[in-house]
Amino acid sequence: MSAIALALHDIHKRFGAAQALTGASCVVKSGCVHALLGENGAGKTTLMRVAFGMLQPDHGEIERDGKLVRLASERDAITAGIGMVHQHFMLVPAFTVAENAALGGPGRRFDAGRAAALVRRIGEETGLLLNPHAKVGSLSVGAQQRAEIVRALAQQARVMILDEPTAVLTPSESEELYAWMRRFVATGGSVVLITHKVREALAVADDITVLRRGATVLSGPSRELSEESVIEAIVGEARVTSNATPLAASNDEVLFGLDAVTYHDTSGVRRLKPTTLTVRRGEILGVLGVEGSGQRELLRLLAGRLQPSSGTVRRPVVVGFVPEDRLHDAVIPEFSLTENRLLAEASAMRGLISWRDQAETTTSIMLENDVRATDANAAMRTLSGGNQQRFVVGRERRLAPDALVAENPTRGLDVQATARVMHALRSVAQEHKGAVIVHSADLDEILALTTRVLVCFAGEVHEIAPPATPGDRGPYARALVGAFA
Amino acid sequence: MEAFIAFWDGAAGSSYAFWSATLVRATPLLLVGLAVAVAFRAGVLNIGAEGQLILGAIAASSVALAIPALPAMVMIPAMIAAGAVGGAVWAGIAAWLRHRFGVLEVISTIMLNFVAAALVSWMVRGPLQEPTKVYPMSVSFSEAARWPFLLDGQRTHLGLALGVVAALLMWFVLTQSAAGFRVRAVGAGASAAESAGGVNTRALTWRVFVVSGALAGLAGASEVGGVTWALYEGISPGYGYTAIAVALLARLDPRGVVLTAVFFGALEAGGASMQRNAGVPAVAVQIITATTLLAVLALARWRALRAEDVLG
Repeated sequence: MSAIALALHDIHKRFGAAQALTGASCVVKSGCVHALLGENGAGKTTLMRVAFGMLQPDHGEIERDGKLVRLASERDAITAGIGMVHQHFMLVPAFTVAENAALGGPGRRFDAGRAAALVRRIGEETGLLLNPHAKVGSLSVGAQQRAEIVRALAQQARVMILDEPTAVLTPSESEELYAWMRRFVATGGSVVLITHKVREALAVADDITVLRRGATVLSGPSRELSEESVIEAIVGEARVTSNATPLAASNDEVLFGLDAVTYHDTSGVRRLKPTTLTVRRGEILGVLGVEGSGQRELLRLLAGRLQPSSGTVRRPVVVGFVPEDRLHDAVIPEFSLTENRLLAEASAMRGLISWRDQAETTTSIMLENDVRATDANAAMRTLSGGNQQRFVVGRERRLAPDALVAENPTRGLDVQATARVMHALRSVAQEHKGAVIVHSADLDEILALTTRVLVCFAGEVHEIAPPATPGDRGPYARALVGAFA
Repeated sequence: MEAFIAFWDGAAGSSYAFWSATLVRATPLLLVGLAVAVAFRAGVLNIGAEGQLILGAIAASSVALAIPALPAMVMIPAMIAAGAVGGAVWAGIAAWLRHRFGVLEVISTIMLNFVAAALVSWMVRGPLQEPTKVYPMSVSFSEAARWPFLLDGQRTHLGLALGVVAALLMWFVLTQSAAGFRVRAVGAGASAAESAGGVNTRALTWRVFVVSGALAGLAGASEVGGVTWALYEGISPGYGYTAIAVALLARLDPRGVVLTAVFFGALEAGGASMQRNAGVPAVAVQIITATTLLAVLALARWRALRAEDVLG
């Protein structure tokens, strides 16, 4: 039995009304890779932020090398030899690799030569090769991740926490990362690998901890655990979802079609593997996927907001689009409701604007969608989130009554506002015989709303057949962690 | 007290002071203020109006000096066109740098100001210098190239009328037309304009750069055609920079730019008079100008904060 490098005991953490962690524990041994598994929102990242001093637990104890410690800040965690590589990198893009590695290091003076030598030495020892003088902003995502790890190593980290590190990597880059992890733990270090991929965890980790709804539900050495038992622990007992009547499958006209469509992002990383699918009138297609799994690209290709790298996309000329980042991509907060309504026609319109007609159109959208504001001249920023979202959905429906793509449309809304937005999406398919494609991070919401469900996993799109028991969420939850039937 | 009397006398104390001193100084500020306002409205931070003005002045002077025999009916429109094109080309360089190489316009336009200043210095000592080769200036323009005055006995010229028409036109386009709406949308929320409105922000910022440069160039043409009747090295005492204050004080509203340009014109005319007649240094006027601007900006911010308190 090797020594315990880092232990978190019975951690509780509450954010406002939401209880994020309710008795989460995790014991990481020296010389081991430890996988931390769980669904979206199970508390994996929150727990590790506690371990890295970014969040203070409401209750619970943290041990480092057998001694109780209090980590009041990231600074304390770094001093205690803990490093963390976040899902969204925390590097200064305009700085070189060496400058980033020296950031937060000891001493008052920055010695460029010494920093570069340090990066080279770490590269030779660990195989994490980087040009110390390269600007971080010009590096590939994989190399930026190496730079993050090198920075943590430069700060003498012996426990390395990696948050979903392989979500942004190509398969060969992932192999390199796993190889580094093995070498690092062979020298007595420890790695905590936050992941939602069960097979990855079983293949590379020595120990596994599974969180479900903020609590530890399973922990043990990976060779003693079966894939099935880990998946059961992640998914939990099948919960029967809401009693909303499921919509019938449709045989109507095909509105959207993808034929062998792929998408590569600007740095050449393949975000979507060849995908073929159709969406018919009267259908609500639900898309599930953990962040970075390809669902964002899939939705934007269908909405015509991205162009495919290969393959053909068939879609209606005008598609309504409800983007996830409402205040950034959907509306202009300083503009009035009328101006925001007109935004949807901004590229096509010519000549002069009749503001009187525009205000009338806007007022009718406000009435139809129960948008509460003083009048059509009110600034968008004065509305609540729910009113803003109903306005956006109403505007896009007016523009394209029978084709709507929505990204996380209920994000940040309360229960009542969520119900109203879901009702609006349903009416596009049912009353107007249109097609709706919707992504949500909330599995239960997707099951309550949609006729068909796709799951994106590592850039692959899988259609999940309806389960034998209506409302059984098991097959979907399994697919999200990479276990397909 | 003596200083204030001198200030008032110089800026508005007589019809001559207002129509000839204040409004003549307000004319370039109005045109350049509009150039800055339209650019800022679209989120294009063109602070190179100074250089664009100088290029407009060079272009309009070149036309006036190259073919002095043209009749006024042809000459003046040709100078206007040349000035606008000169300014637009200068702004176009910054637009090209931004789109081709990602150079921020804040940097490129200010650098191009220095290039323009050096260019006009060379012009008045080289190709466009007067024949005796003594003074760093061109020969005076022919009668046909001197822009008409608006009133008998006053020095206010055609440039002011052009500026007022341009302001009203810009206000109308920005508030009432589809093209103007796109400009405002890109300035207020470029991402939403692209995502929700399908606006091609790249093409739009190109056009705004060109329009902004053309207005600044027009100011240069108006200075040489309406005031100096020759090209000088110091054709602009920093109008391109003062215009940023003019535009911001008007909160980028073209109608407001008319008022703030006159206000700044009066400050400059009064300041010059104060220096002449009361011995107060011109720096005092600059202090008044800066204090006014800070007060207005602080007031706007305070109002915005108060509005949010009431609502939120």
